[in-house]
Amino acid sequence: MSTSSTVVLVLAVFGASMVEMVEALTIVVAAGVTRSWRSSLEGAAAAVAVLAVIVLAVGVPLIHYVPIDALRVVVGALLLVLGLSWLRKSILRASGHKALHDEDAIFAATSAELAPAASSSPSPKRRDAISFSVAFKGVFLEGMEVVLIVVSLGASQHRLGIAAVAAVAAALVVAAVGALVAKQLSQVPENTIKLVVGIMLTSFGLFWVGEGAGAHWPGSDAAIIVLIGVFSLVTIGSIAWLRTLHPTVRGQRTDVGLSERVEE
Amino acid sequence: MRVIARGVRAFGLFWWDFLVGDTPELLIAVVLIVALALLLRHHHDADIIVLPVVTVLFLVVSTFRGRRRDGSRGKP
Repeated sequence: MSTSSTVVLVLAVFGASMVEMVEALTIVVAAGVTRSWRSSLEGAAAAVAVLAVIVLAVGVPLIHYVPIDALRVVVGALLLVLGLSWLRKSILRASGHKALHDEDAIFAATSAELAPAASSSPSPKRRDAISFSVAFKGVFLEGMEVVLIVVSLGASQHRLGIAAVAAVAAALVVAAVGALVAKQLSQVPENTIKLVVGIMLTSFGLFWVGEGAGAHWPGSDAAIIVLIGVFSLVTIGSIAWLRTLHPTVRGQRTDVGLSERVEE
Repeated sequence: MRVIARGVRAFGLFWWDFLVGDTPELLIAVVLIVALALLLRHHHDADIIVLPVVTVLFLVVSTFRGRRRDGSRGKP
């Protein structure tokens, strides 16, 4: 496995984890501010622990017991589904045909949903079941996609450890940023990161599907860089083209409730 | 039992949402790409051209479809 593909792997996992953790942290902060910081942080920590167990329980057996070519076809297909989905959504957002993802709006919506019960909540330092469950659910659901990416990319390249470290590093960076800026998570360029990661996941996915099926990509792993270039050009072209087609929601931003939020 | 049933249902819903969601055409695209990759594995010049081209085509079509659908709803 070449250095270039390992670097791309780290960047893809780091970026994907950062996007999902920003979304998760918004929910954690909203639950903490509105009800109980202690329970909110405990819920987040519990979810991270469960996700780590899933990575170990699924990832390690995959590496040791599943034939590498079959594994690469399957994880390549999963990465393609995820990458194409993210890329499509990012292109629509960048071209003004879909509202941008806005953490401020999500924070406000989550806080508003939790606020009616706040009067009956314990003090911020005491335990609160609602804060715990909201934070746990938010981190767990957002983290599942990260787990999928870590296991897929890590297992297909036999770099599960590096992929997991990249994901944890991104989570720590987001947590540090969150601690510093508190509610201002909208400053993180999430939509741009999602677009870049979408290109990476799509490129990795296509590469592994081909490789696992027996294709011989020119330049071996270097073909990933070429695929990233191809999908970057297609993305830029698509955005430019769609911008000429009567954009409908440019400038508007996503404003969703918690129930919709955690499903996205 | 109810906890297990809820867990299984949540697990199924996660995968349904992940694989199909509101873009079933992307799942069809990926199935087709995998099938083409397996069919063309002995045509080494063809697969490295066909696979990216098919992927790009489905991405553009799905994006255009999404643009029309979101535009007609007039909301995110």
